[in-house]
Amino acid sequence: MNDGERTAAGPAGGAPPDTHRSLPHGPRADVARAAGHRDPPPRMGFFTDTSVCIGCKACEVACKEWNGVPEHGLELTGMSYDNTQGLGANSWRHVAFVEQRKPLGGQEPGVAHAGPDVFEAARALGTSPGAGTPAPETAPAGAPAGEIPPVAPGGRTELRWLMSSDVCKHCTQAACLDVCPTGALFRTEFGTVVLQEDVCNGCGYCVPACPYGVVGRREGDGRAWKCTLCYDRLGAGLEPACAKACPTDSIQFGPLEELRERAAARVAQLHAAGVRDARLYGESPEDGVGGDGAFFLLLDEPEVYGLPPDPVVTTRDLPAMWKQAALAAVSLAALGVAGFVRRPR
Amino acid sequence: MSESDVTRGGLEGARPGREAVTGAHAGRRRRRRRDRRGEQPVVPEAHFSSYYGRPVLKAPPWRALDIAGYLFLGGLAGASSLLAAGGQVTGRPGLARVAKLGAAGAITVSLGALVHDLGRPARFVNMLRVVKPTSPMNIGSWLLAGYAPLTVAAAAADVTGRLRVMGAGATAVAAVLGPAVATYTAVLLSDTAVPSWHEGYRELPFVFAGSGAAAAAGLALACAPPAQTEPARRMAVLGAVTELGAFRLMKRRMGLVAEPFEQGRPHRLLRGAELLTTAGAALAACADAVGRAGVGRRLGRVPAAVAGAALLTGSAALRFGVFHAGVASAQDPAYTVVPQRERLRARSG
Repeated sequence: MNDGERTAAGPAGGAPPDTHRSLPHGPRADVARAAGHRDPPPRMGFFTDTSVCIGCKACEVACKEWNGVPEHGLELTGMSYDNTQGLGANSWRHVAFVEQRKPLGGQEPGVAHAGPDVFEAARALGTSPGAGTPAPETAPAGAPAGEIPPVAPGGRTELRWLMSSDVCKHCTQAACLDVCPTGALFRTEFGTVVLQEDVCNGCGYCVPACPYGVVGRREGDGRAWKCTLCYDRLGAGLEPACAKACPTDSIQFGPLEELRERAAARVAQLHAAGVRDARLYGESPEDGVGGDGAFFLLLDEPEVYGLPPDPVVTTRDLPAMWKQAALAAVSLAALGVAGFVRRPR
Repeated sequence: MSESDVTRGGLEGARPGREAVTGAHAGRRRRRRRDRRGEQPVVPEAHFSSYYGRPVLKAPPWRALDIAGYLFLGGLAGASSLLAAGGQVTGRPGLARVAKLGAAGAITVSLGALVHDLGRPARFVNMLRVVKPTSPMNIGSWLLAGYAPLTVAAAAADVTGRLRVMGAGATAVAAVLGPAVATYTAVLLSDTAVPSWHEGYRELPFVFAGSGAAAAAGLALACAPPAQTEPARRMAVLGAVTELGAFRLMKRRMGLVAEPFEQGRPHRLLRGAELLTTAGAALAACADAVGRAGVGRRLGRVPAAVAGAALLTGSAALRFGVFHAGVASAQDPAYTVVPQRERLRARSG
């Protein structure tokens, strides 16, 4: 970690804040302050706009390069261009590829090349004038000039390709942080959730606790690993490696409040353009995890991308669980006593 | 993923190659796979979308032998501490000794298994770095840190015959902590996103309490002098009734996510657990009745030993069944997506 440029609110300044503390449930604006950071910077996060993702995987590569994440094994899935398969200890960004037989809103399938052919025109330059002019009658059948065939020649509708770069959601109510028995997971001054690899003892409890299946335990290493939202880069005033590398700005980094405004505007823009499927995922502070620090604009239902449709932080039910366990313990003690009660003769 | 298998039913898992149709494998509504051998589904088959059928959640990375084994041994130890204290108070030294040794032995092996399952066993002390009520594993570590030395002290005082007062005190405090040790493990499992563990959080502590009682009673029946095991026999019956009753109730309330308990290996384990626990408790009850009539003495210890072995095996099978069912529920996206979709639908009206 780069301690030099860290803000004064960080763990280095003053009394150590109780950053592994769980947050009370319900929407919460200032997670860092609730976690004990004094005078924290605004909460930072990601807005991943999948409508402009081109599936280049630059984010995956940049993340591995910057964070020194080892390869996860070369396994060809045969299902799509997605051989990363999912988030885990060795994949902190994962680009999902979904093929669907459905035209993208506003997209024009089966483009008819009926306009002037510039190559033909260029070849005809200097010879007889007017020879390169294309005839409008040469457009393919079913596609009169200026119109688009709705169905491809085989009778199949056109496909759309959904690509989405998935990442740790840095939940407002983070189950991994709540259940971590060592305090290895903590809330940073930026409101993100970071795992300290020098504290983690590899109990693996955060792995099944995460409602998104993000955290993984690394083979051979034994510890759990996940996205840190480039805590070291944030401390030095840089943006995370994936956002920096993204060539289409599908991954946008910034203060969460600003990203939410930007995302709302983008959805409105897409709806106006006829992309009815566009929706935000994880941006609402009212959801089961109190809102994600990294949220998404999706073009289909979340489960199509491998995301849970309605995730809930498991510790929301923990008080009820402790109550039930206490009742059961009392019952067990009573059961033991009942065994020893003298039977009336 | 890319491999195909030749099975009796033909080629399985083969990819279509050049005949592949766009979107045939992705993002489409698909019927869920179903194990036809299992019981009939509680809920009608659901259609749902998934990302190439891949799990949404990550299954716990724990070894079954370590963690399911710990669930069993922790329950055995916790309930044994009750028998130890009861035996001591009511003048049943044979029962008390078996229970004390059982608790100390079981919890010592448990600690070994828990440390062994860590990715970094050398860092096991980090568990006691903080006190965190939101982490059942952290609370459990503190609980075990207090409980394990007490059981060892109680057993050592009993065996050596020294420091009897201290031994009695340790036995008493261990009996207070024991029920918590036996039941907190249910919270440990339920406090995850694993559907079949989380949704059972209301009844699972009672299942584990009953199962722990049956195991401790089983150990006492098998090893303690028959004249002193009457409390254990009663405990066996009460424990079995609690366990099986709570488990049935749990499955009925869970809906779709009860399915993993009814399929494949978890189903076989849980069915075996049910049969063994019922048989063991019935045998213990018979031995109780026969013993009171005063004709059982000639039979000796054989029925009690058989009942004890059945109860112990049944309790262990239950823990492994619950463990594997949870892992299976995390590995199938249906158990994550379908209940969440239904929840959303119910909320939107």
